[in-house]
Amino acid sequence: MTLDTDQILRQIIADVLGLPRERVAEFDGATGLFGHLPELDSMSVAGLLTEMEDRLGFIIDDDEVDGELLETYGSLLAFAQAKRG
Amino acid sequence: MIANWPCPGPYHGTASEYALVVEGSGPVRVLIVPALFDEGNRLRRFTVEAMRALQRLGIGSVLIDLPGSNESLIPTSSVSLDDWKRAVSAAVVHFSANHVLAIRGGGLICGEAGVPVLAYAPVSGAAILRQMVRMRVLSAREAGREDTSTDLLHEGRTRGVVLAGYALAPGLVTGLETAEPCSGRTIAPSDIGGAALWLRAEAGEDAAQSEALARLVAQGCGE
Repeated sequence: MTLDTDQILRQIIADVLGLPRERVAEFDGATGLFGHLPELDSMSVAGLLTEMEDRLGFIIDDDEVDGELLETYGSLLAFAQAKRG
Repeated sequence: MIANWPCPGPYHGTASEYALVVEGSGPVRVLIVPALFDEGNRLRRFTVEAMRALQRLGIGSVLIDLPGSNESLIPTSSVSLDDWKRAVSAAVVHFSANHVLAIRGGGLICGEAGVPVLAYAPVSGAAILRQMVRMRVLSAREAGREDTSTDLLHEGRTRGVVLAGYALAPGLVTGLETAEPCSGRTIAPSDIGGAALWLRAEAGEDAAQSEALARLVAQGCGE
């Protein structure tokens, strides 16, 4: 079975930030990310985006990375789903 | 035990570099080529734990400092990817290693090792570079400056560039851009279980992962 974008993204967040899977499983579209999760600082943002590229199979351009991208789990998921087509 | 070894320098002659040597009881001696840049720091504890686990399986191992990394006195800004390849080849001979274990980006510089290579979680040079460039772009943006990946890479190729705290020479930037992991047997992160430790902002360790890696390396070395 192939995992869908939502499941893969939750795994990436758990792996990169070292959060328990159960906690990430409870994220909904409105869960705040940047500025809300102390684990997510600007250095781990770089790791998160690179891991998304590797596991989801797309390249993220500089100008696609803005404040809104990492505002909520919903905004990040919508971006990843759009990039995957 | 900490040993010194003569490493071919980026200049003429050799430089003395450190290596951590853990003796085994059998004929197998594995040269460990560490992950590159910050991943090397994050994975050092994991790597050393794996060396101790290898020792319990009778296998000796040697973890080298690459010139410009860890305790090396050579500035990173003076080394190229080819210098690192030469360092690996020289270390294999100096330490009489009969296998190489390359961790992450270490697999990019083992093509001329001359002995069988096992690669744990290999990664392309382009991916390493992209992440380092991204860190610089994001931190510049926080500071109110606008750096672009294109400009930083151009700077890196022509004059060298500082990325994620490492001053990279043009020969390292251009080398990384096209570097792919060398051929050999691959050990995937999923083979040893657990979350990948190099992803963590804080260096971590996981005894179970180190033990699992050591077992797979022992199998790969035919023990």
